[in-house]
Amino acid sequence: MSNPTTEAGCGNALFAELGEFIEGQSKGRDALIPILHKAQDLFGFLPVDVQEFVAAKMGLPVGEVYGVVTFYHYFTMQPRGRHTVNVCLGTACYVRGAQKVVEALTEELGVKMGETTPDRRFSLTTQRCFGACGLAPVIMVNDDVHGRVTPKKVAAILARYE
Amino acid sequence: MATPRLYVMIPTDADTVVVGAREIKSRFSSEIGAQGLSDQIKVIETGSFGPSNAGVIAAVQPDGVVYGNLTPESVGEIVREHFCKGRICGRFLLPREYPPTVEQATDARHTQAAGRIVLDNCGRIDPDSIEEYIATDGYEALGRALTEMTPPQVVETVREAGLRGRGGAGFPTGLKWSFCAPVQADRKFVICNADEGEPGTFKDRLIMEGDPHKVIEGMALCGYAIGASEGYVYIRGEYRLSVERMRKAIEDARAMGLLGKGIFGTDFDFDIEIKLGAGAYVCGEETALIESMEGRRGVPRLKPPFPASCGYLGKPTNVNNVETLATVPAIVRNGAAWFRGFGTENTPGTKVYTIIGHVRRPGLIEVSAGVTLREIIDEYAGGMSSGTFKMAQLGGTAGDVLGPEMLDVPMDYDAMQKVGHVLGSGAILVMNQTVEVADFLDSCMRFFRHESCGSCNPCRNGLQVLGEIVGRLKKKNAYPGDIELMEEVCMTLKSAAFCPLGQSPASPLMSALRYFRPELAAAVDPRRERPRTQRVRLDLVELAV
Repeated sequence: MSNPTTEAGCGNALFAELGEFIEGQSKGRDALIPILHKAQDLFGFLPVDVQEFVAAKMGLPVGEVYGVVTFYHYFTMQPRGRHTVNVCLGTACYVRGAQKVVEALTEELGVKMGETTPDRRFSLTTQRCFGACGLAPVIMVNDDVHGRVTPKKVAAILARYE
Repeated sequence: MATPRLYVMIPTDADTVVVGAREIKSRFSSEIGAQGLSDQIKVIETGSFGPSNAGVIAAVQPDGVVYGNLTPESVGEIVREHFCKGRICGRFLLPREYPPTVEQATDARHTQAAGRIVLDNCGRIDPDSIEEYIATDGYEALGRALTEMTPPQVVETVREAGLRGRGGAGFPTGLKWSFCAPVQADRKFVICNADEGEPGTFKDRLIMEGDPHKVIEGMALCGYAIGASEGYVYIRGEYRLSVERMRKAIEDARAMGLLGKGIFGTDFDFDIEIKLGAGAYVCGEETALIESMEGRRGVPRLKPPFPASCGYLGKPTNVNNVETLATVPAIVRNGAAWFRGFGTENTPGTKVYTIIGHVRRPGLIEVSAGVTLREIIDEYAGGMSSGTFKMAQLGGTAGDVLGPEMLDVPMDYDAMQKVGHVLGSGAILVMNQTVEVADFLDSCMRFFRHESCGSCNPCRNGLQVLGEIVGRLKKKNAYPGDIELMEEVCMTLKSAAFCPLGQSPASPLMSALRYFRPELAAAVDPRRERPRTQRVRLDLVELAV
């Protein structure tokens, strides 16, 4: 399988920037999660070669880094689309029909939860509560919150993101 | 610039930004500029007022006028009529039913009930301005504590006030501090738990967005009391605005010498750093949170040792919830007796709730502890939005379900405990008769199955079994014996799961059974026979019990 990070064409510059960031952090293990946040900001996701790079720089076993990456929902090993569609499945959203919104989104995008459309335009994920329960059901596209979403509104919301 | 004669306060939280608060804000600025009033009227972004379904809101101070459901067109009219001519635009006013905010108290009872301790500044000051916080007695408590009180006196004040942890468990805060204070160590830590992950709870987010300095002052007071000079705020990565506001507040406090070395000319040093969470519900548990801060998987630790003696980096650590810490400055400033004037004997003070679901005014409220659920729904949330009350879940997904017969129980930690319930973190999800109990429980169980860290067997496997049972109840094709099995597995989880995450699914399930057993029992299909594979699992579970 080809290396997804170098495929993006800017691998080396990003690795250099990440390396510099790691140098600037404290040497302790407690810097790992901030470093992974930075790495995901840079690469968009955390493929194995990025994890290996972080592990080597920090003097940790790769398995430990992998363990942390897979534990937290925020970190992903799959390349993300240009836009991330996050559906809140908190209880308030659920009782107000979030499941129907999920169905509408999977149908509209033609992918399952956790997947990315083949044109890399959208990634579809779910989340626990966003803390915007007054507007339930809620979806988030990138950093924009859309409240009181109905299955009918889904297509119009997605159309705003190219 | 002259002192402005009017302030337009526009809350910009997730609920109002989505309906265009930022556009309305710039519209106000441009309309005010067009009228040549820019040096007389100041437009300020502020924290939530509470209601979360009233569109874009703007409060005009000191007039005490609150407009709601604003559109760009209404802004022009308000500027021309109200700001230029002094005529309040009645048709844009937030309906009178929207109180209780401090500004809009409808009657004496509400004024008293709306006495806010934690949210007193939310929506009234510019959260990005440290000067405004100081102008509302901010950092006075810290100054007084550092110059007039010894650390044990601060601990004693908090203990006397009877403040209890607002994260959900209700553990006495003063007692917690007194565990950590006497421990000798080269480094000690104060951690503010802002990993608010309980679905339906967003009070901590709104506190940090509306009044970040209060949290900082509370942390500094805690640091002084227990002898710690390093503080961390562990915030969910998703809470972007909270992170921004807290970061700005910390920088401003540093620039003013309210954080850093030698605060108020004393030899007390204290500084705060922000740590971002990465999305794991279990990290709200304090030892899991510490594990996460140390760069590990957020799996809870075995206790003891408790964080008070061996926490972050193996040093004595005190972890408190955002709301708890935000309550501390008012206690130190006004004294324990003042604080005991609010709430009940065993739960003094106020409690911040987020009330959501089938109510007319969902949003953020702060009420005296001990107010009943019926009062909260009818007076603070404007009653049911549709249908009749069927049940409410207190304290988020891990909380108990309450039936109609519990509407008149005072909401404080002890009164709730007496009737066999837990008050929880402060979410109230109100549901009407259209919600099916099994359907609702299914959503709760999906959440727990997703969030279980998988470290201990009862939680990992028990949640799987419970999820399957609830799934069958939802489809109304449960096997005979499923409900009894559910009870058994709940008891197993309660007694054998390693941390609160595994213990808490029993709360919604068992309390739902208490009130809605007939409805759930009706979902059992007596003709169905449990398949062989299921029977094997049943035996295993019975062995485990």
